[in-house]
Amino acid sequence: MTNTELVSLSTRGVLTPEELRTLPGVPSDERMKRGPVAYIECADIFPCNPCESACPKGAIRIGEDITNLPVLDEDKCDGCGTCVAACPGLAIFILDMTYSETEAVVRIPYELLPVPEKDQEVSCLNREGKIVTQGRIVKTVKPKAYRKTVVVWIAVPKDLALDVRSIRV
Amino acid sequence: MEQYEFIVVGGGPSGMSGAIEAARAGVKRVAIIDENLTLGGQLVKQTHKFFGGKAHRAGERGIDIGVDMERTCGELGIEILRDTVVWGIFNHDTLALYQDHKSRRIRAKAILLSTGASENNITCPGWTLPGVMGAGAIQTMMNVHRVLPGTKILMVGSGNVGLIVSYQLVQAGAEVSAVIDILPAIGGYGVHASKITRLGIPIHVSQTLKEIRGQDRVEEAVTIEVDSSFKPIPGTEKTYPVDTVCIAVGLSPLSELAWMCGCEFRYIGELGGWVPCRRETMETTAPGIYIAGDASGIEEASTAMMTGAIAGLSVAERLGYLDPGKSKILRQEKIDGLVPFRCKYFEFRQEANQRLMEMGGVVQ
Repeated sequence: MTNTELVSLSTRGVLTPEELRTLPGVPSDERMKRGPVAYIECADIFPCNPCESACPKGAIRIGEDITNLPVLDEDKCDGCGTCVAACPGLAIFILDMTYSETEAVVRIPYELLPVPEKDQEVSCLNREGKIVTQGRIVKTVKPKAYRKTVVVWIAVPKDLALDVRSIRV
Repeated sequence: MEQYEFIVVGGGPSGMSGAIEAARAGVKRVAIIDENLTLGGQLVKQTHKFFGGKAHRAGERGIDIGVDMERTCGELGIEILRDTVVWGIFNHDTLALYQDHKSRRIRAKAILLSTGASENNITCPGWTLPGVMGAGAIQTMMNVHRVLPGTKILMVGSGNVGLIVSYQLVQAGAEVSAVIDILPAIGGYGVHASKITRLGIPIHVSQTLKEIRGQDRVEEAVTIEVDSSFKPIPGTEKTYPVDTVCIAVGLSPLSELAWMCGCEFRYIGELGGWVPCRRETMETTAPGIYIAGDASGIEEASTAMMTGAIAGLSVAERLGYLDPGKSKILRQEKIDGLVPFRCKYFEFRQEANQRLMEMGGVVQ
């Protein structure tokens, strides 16, 4: 029931870099260089719009027809991250390529136990669940409004920020 | 015999919605009967956040929605009969109950059948071994009774149920070796699939179960690839050392009570098989007998809440608590809520529901 035009997603459940580039929720390389921004990996044209209503900046647009894909206005998005826990599909991440000279921060929605501690070293997994690097927990955020989804901030080598999408604690 | 105005059989999302809408409109003596100890139906097991828009309670977890709806039922004075089985309906108005080891009858002016669905199964050598179980059974053990049924699991079926239950199994501490599906594409949503692949669970399409082996219980499962006409390809077998095989290959409407009421049925594959014909009001061809949720065709919890609400409003109109104009307006809001779940990916559902009503020859 997924988008069969995206062959890797619909047969393996894994979005490839080429497939990601076709999505209207993925920011440009230019924008990523300027600071934290949402990276929306949603390819499902099913009814869903909590990301649009969650965004305080009006930077995510779905419109009247709630089966549309979320469109990111990358200039309006300041990477606040409210959308990360709001997305029922856990498909939104925040990337901050400006975190330091060598590191980027990836913020991911996380619903497993144990929740990692600040400064803890964790294994970082790519979209296929393979360990690609070790990362450091910058912080974890879990206000009540997130309804039990924890948002974990992980510092990773800059060149892996586009790959790291999960952790193993 | 005790007399009720409205009896709802099955307290899942559609049944509770139906009871709530009817009671809100003023229907008195409304009761929900459920064979389980807890209300909520499948909502009890749905720990993920719902999709949809505000009207579908998107962003809320199913389990929280169930608890909230049960609270609303209490506030509206809806009676709840738990641990009670409806084993028959006679004359379209008399329900036979089995409760506390006793049978008794009650009467109702209108009845909503919101009995849900049962799980489909597939067979292969070894399918009766302990450790082979349906996804719903695993969820009941895991999410309701807090018992993990196995430690290493092979998931058969990549629909949303298979994907979600794989995720829940990992959350509960089990290891899911793989998800397989005989179809050439993943059945569930891309986001659900990606959620588990990034945890390291591979999804393999065009594969089926060849055999399950074990002495007294599941010890390993053998999968095999299939070609485009679903024929197994010899030499492509793969053996998984697992203690549990989870079957998530679809659902069939649970509609025995509707058969018993003499409702007309049609076979609509897209809706899960045999479903009762019905009007837009969700009334079947048996007067006063309404149907909603998965029992009226396999869709989503979100659509179940809508079809249940439509049935509840129709009952309120039937019993004189809502004038037809007002009822139509309120029902239209719910019908509008169904639209996004019956277009694009789900266009086939719109067509199937349309076909059902046409085949039923029921006048709107």
